[in-house]
Amino acid sequence: MLKTFRGGIHPPYNKDFTKHKPVEMAKIPDRVIIPMSQHVGAPCEPIVKVGDTVKKGQKIGEAKAFVSAPIHASISGRVSAVEPRPHPGGGMVVSVVIESDGKDEVFEDLKPPKPLDELTPDEIKSIIREAGIVGMGGAGFPTQVKLSPPPGKTIDTVIVNGAECEPYLTADHRLMVERPEDVVMGLEAVMKATGVENGYIAIEANKPDAIEAIKHAVEGKKGIQVVELATKYPQGGEKQLINAVTGREVPSGGLPMDVHVIVDNAGTCAAIATALKTGMPLVERITTVTGPGIKEPKNLLIRIGTPFSEIIEQCGGFQGEVGKVIMGGPMMGLAQSLLDVPAVKGTSGILILERKDVVLAEQSPCIRCAKCVDACPIHLLPTTLGKLAERSMWDEAEEYHALDCIECGCCAYVCPAHIPLTQLIRLAKNHIIASKKK
Amino acid sequence: MEEYKLITTSSPHIHSGESVQKIMFNVAGALLLPAAAGIYFFGLRALILIITTVLAAVLTEAIFQKLRGKSVTIWDGSAVVTGILLALNLPPGLPLWMAVVGAAVAISLGKQVYGGLGMNPFNPALIGRVFLMISFPVQMTTWINPVDGTTGATPLQIMKMQGVSTDYARLFLGNIGGSMGETSALLIILGGLYLLYKGYIEWRIPVFYLGTVAILSALLGRDPLFELLSGGLMLGAFFMATDMVTSPISKLGKIIFGLGAGIFTVIIRFYGGYPEGVSFSILLMNAFTPVINRYTVPRIYGEVKAK
Repeated sequence: MLKTFRGGIHPPYNKDFTKHKPVEMAKIPDRVIIPMSQHVGAPCEPIVKVGDTVKKGQKIGEAKAFVSAPIHASISGRVSAVEPRPHPGGGMVVSVVIESDGKDEVFEDLKPPKPLDELTPDEIKSIIREAGIVGMGGAGFPTQVKLSPPPGKTIDTVIVNGAECEPYLTADHRLMVERPEDVVMGLEAVMKATGVENGYIAIEANKPDAIEAIKHAVEGKKGIQVVELATKYPQGGEKQLINAVTGREVPSGGLPMDVHVIVDNAGTCAAIATALKTGMPLVERITTVTGPGIKEPKNLLIRIGTPFSEIIEQCGGFQGEVGKVIMGGPMMGLAQSLLDVPAVKGTSGILILERKDVVLAEQSPCIRCAKCVDACPIHLLPTTLGKLAERSMWDEAEEYHALDCIECGCCAYVCPAHIPLTQLIRLAKNHIIASKKK
Repeated sequence: MEEYKLITTSSPHIHSGESVQKIMFNVAGALLLPAAAGIYFFGLRALILIITTVLAAVLTEAIFQKLRGKSVTIWDGSAVVTGILLALNLPPGLPLWMAVVGAAVAISLGKQVYGGLGMNPFNPALIGRVFLMISFPVQMTTWINPVDGTTGATPLQIMKMQGVSTDYARLFLGNIGGSMGETSALLIILGGLYLLYKGYIEWRIPVFYLGTVAILSALLGRDPLFELLSGGLMLGAFFMATDMVTSPISKLGKIIFGLGAGIFTVIIRFYGGYPEGVSFSILLMNAFTPVINRYTVPRIYGEVKAK
């Protein structure tokens, strides 16, 4: 039996663009723009200045707060600017701009740590912290923070999220097919760091080759199981995944650790493995460049900080009239207004939609069909929340659990009246959170 | 890289392709099955009746929207559905001008006065039918026999007055007196199954509505199969109680709605003055819908019980 959750949708997955394409090394860019905030939590402070030379893997942003993650140079070269630059997540963020010297030299101080068997839990956590590893599924929560639950919270299960439920994206899929042992090693490291004996690698059933590869890689490993999930969006949502794998429900307003679970993305696990094997921090990632609007869709291993424009060029450029350039998938991704924004640690994909693929339908009245109610994986009443938000009734929206919305987009996807439900609920959430801060 | 004009609307960036228009025209299409039965049994006058109510409903919608200074949205198909539904709820021999009045009332008093599509608390077609029943009780209960065109009683009237049942096969196929849409249970069920398959109606309301009527009938010593197949129950359960706008949004709410409509139907049929109670039952449950919605908010994922 495939495991799953209640609610959700079955959008066209469109993974055929790239699912059989092996990961290609991207060209080393002439220039990278590395934002000092690529994670949830406090931004980093730049520790280099204009004119400094840096090498690949050298720390350039120091994380002072607990909830933060340091940032490293992804190429070798000279720092040409430290200034606010447009960020793909929106707004301007202080960024370190590095001009490549073409040599791609590795920072001398980096060296592989001791083998995993010999490391203590605290040493593993410190390696993960220093490597700047954050959740690579898009949210960007610092991984080490997850591994350090406050006293009183116990963890008994680690789940590797290999669902990759967003349509079009295949970065995790290719990673699991091509480097399954790295995913497993990352999981083992997390289990060891947290003293947990139960590990799961959960993958949607539409990736049989990934399931096969991972199953092979876990053979003989104690306490690790591969879980096949139904192909349904948002199966990879943290709460839906925990529910499908363990049957537990993260309490409203709570975190996975409240039900004794840690979830890490497959890409995050591979980044941990890289740091453990080579000492190299998180300076590159696989990103799926895809969609009907790009000439040659690819899975590219890119350096963090590579401008979108350069990545798009390497995939042959646009095809047809470009409509949207989206960081992430079509359900939750962010439509970009500029192409000189850089890829960051959470850039799992760059999706190009043609002008004709972009639906800009006129909104019509709600006919209370309740399709949104059936689709909502949190079992909210999106139609009610949407109406409350339209009337600025924020207190009532909070009573109807607006804050529990995970913004997966299912409600707006199914709405026959084309009401921007997800956007309306997001608006309500922002108002509720703002009023709480007062 | 050259400058591009990029669209930056909010996520999600893809859509299911469903639209209100698609839903309405699918419902209208499904209604053509029972309508075809009506035309087959009652002939041309049934067809003319349907065309009349549809035109009257669409025209009323357009006039009201013009008067209210709104954009005219007759192509969304909702007035077409109301028109067909109303026709299916009328005696085939009803004078056409009365049908026009019914359609105009359905759209104006049943829908537009509340603000149009999506805002009406009651099923507009049923508002039109009940208005006609109260205004023209004689014409609204003059039924024609399909076979010879003579007037006669409906199976429910015969049951109420004489305690005589009607043959199941006739009830199922539709060779009986009654409103045009009450006649063929078979084609109503087929139309309903099509809508279920397309996901445009939800199974809970018809199943709980029909189930309640069947079980209560059996408990009260009546013939459940006769009660299911006669009158407007099938049409009501599949096409009117399931109206999205006027029924609850939660799954539990839909169950309550079906149960309630079933109980009211049985009470009216067995103990009331009217032989049939489907219209009133659904309207009553329409009135309860906001309350049902209020008290059947689903338990959300991870909801912590109030301390």
